[in-house]
Amino acid sequence: MARGPTTALAGAGRTTGSLLGQLTAGNDAGKMIEIKHLTKRYGELLAVDDISFDVAPGQVLGFLGPNGAGKSTTMKMITGFLSPTAGSVRVCGHDLESAPLAAKSCMGYLPEGAPSYPEMTVRSFLEFIADIRGLSADVRKRRLDDVIGRLALSSVLEQVIETLSKGFKRRVGLAQALLHDPQVLILDEPTDGLDPNQKHEVRSLINDMSRDKIIVISTHILEEVDAVCNRAIIIASGRILADDTPKNLAARAPSGRLDDVFRTITTAATPRAIPAAEGAAHA
Amino acid sequence: MRNTLTLFRREFWSYFATPLAFVFIVIFLLLAGALAFYLGGFYERGQADLAPFFNYHPWLYLFLIPALSMRLWAEERKSGTIELLMTLPVTLWQAVIGKYLAAWAFAGVALVLTFPIWITVNYLGDPDNGAILAAYIGSFLMAGGFLAIGSCISAATRNQVIAFIFTVVLCFGFLLSGFPMVLGLFDGWAPRAIVDAVASLSFLTHFASISKGVIDVRDLLYFGILIGVWLLATAIVLEMKKAD
Repeated sequence: MARGPTTALAGAGRTTGSLLGQLTAGNDAGKMIEIKHLTKRYGELLAVDDISFDVAPGQVLGFLGPNGAGKSTTMKMITGFLSPTAGSVRVCGHDLESAPLAAKSCMGYLPEGAPSYPEMTVRSFLEFIADIRGLSADVRKRRLDDVIGRLALSSVLEQVIETLSKGFKRRVGLAQALLHDPQVLILDEPTDGLDPNQKHEVRSLINDMSRDKIIVISTHILEEVDAVCNRAIIIASGRILADDTPKNLAARAPSGRLDDVFRTITTAATPRAIPAAEGAAHA
Repeated sequence: MRNTLTLFRREFWSYFATPLAFVFIVIFLLLAGALAFYLGGFYERGQADLAPFFNYHPWLYLFLIPALSMRLWAEERKSGTIELLMTLPVTLWQAVIGKYLAAWAFAGVALVLTFPIWITVNYLGDPDNGAILAAYIGSFLMAGGFLAIGSCISAATRNQVIAFIFTVVLCFGFLLSGFPMVLGLFDGWAPRAIVDAVASLSFLTHFASISKGVIDVRDLLYFGILIGVWLLATAIVLEMKKAD
């Protein structure tokens, strides 16, 4: 996989196959997320432009890109909040279009900004989620205890969510996403706005869970990718520009730093390199 | 069904978690009482019925129900919880119906709390309690109609004030279509059938006939269809502009 910085850009879209082969070599459980030719158009604006990729068990996928690159839109389509203009999404073998409830049942999702009902207490909010997720009485108790312990929420259980600090609100959002112990976790900017300690906690939480789940996180914090992901997709203007391990990506820059690669790829993408990226995507 | 019930419970108790429930119920009771006693002449009429009380319900609902319905979806949109709700394993219909029923049940609670006036009229005289029950049912159905309209408007915007104003205007139209001044616009030139059709759209026409104590299947159908159509419209609007 060693490649010079000059070939890196042109080959960006083509690395998917070989990389997947590497990562799933010891695991034939199949593809947990399959995305084919996903496209979202808002009038004239093409927010997501014909994206295809798979995610296999054991992968922690970092979704990188500048603001407005289409990260959140892609995640909203994977979780079934938005319907794509074209293309398809399958999660755990269920097509989002034809079997949305089955697909949603096997996913946990933390939307951007971790929205929750502000007037509810932490406990009643989590119990509401448990009921909606259809957890049976004994599982419910065990799972509630588990997420409350894992996210250290026991001190604020009876507190109304709107009175919580940003860090706690984020943790409530994560607890909500983890409650039914989903196979697939989709986290949209899980550490945004947290202080360094909280960021560290969330990252070690993600690392703990990465063994038995597939996790997709979007972020624009590059150190995060280094810390938790074993695969990174860089996306800008709705297209995949690179798909590789963070280590290989970093090796593309002479400096060996991920931010340099990120900057080169995403800034070059706008005026001149589009034909190259486009060629790669359709190859 | 289970999901609808879970959503219903969450939504219903959320009214009581904020001052909204208290403010709404107190204002509803105060106004309903004041209108019946002062404008309706509850005592002066010297009749043992609740007509002066129920006659003002359409006008009371015109401003109070939109205040209840405006938050139904606009708030979910504003706070982003719509994204959470729609990515949980629930169908759009379960969400629309669960939330709507919660608002309707809440309006029902406010209505039930007017029971002292029923006790009063029974203490003072010997009213036809069957007719009073019918009027309560009619009033509850009318609240449901207003709420269904409000649910759709609330789904179309993230701004609760806009939702409130548009709901008031639309509900006003539905009330007025039975009024002589509106019907007068059609009278004389339009065929009788059209005048009847416009008149039959009115909340007032149907509410008036129920509150006389006659529960006609046609009036029940009218409210049933009205609610169904507006909830369907709510679902369509949500599906169309989920992300905005």
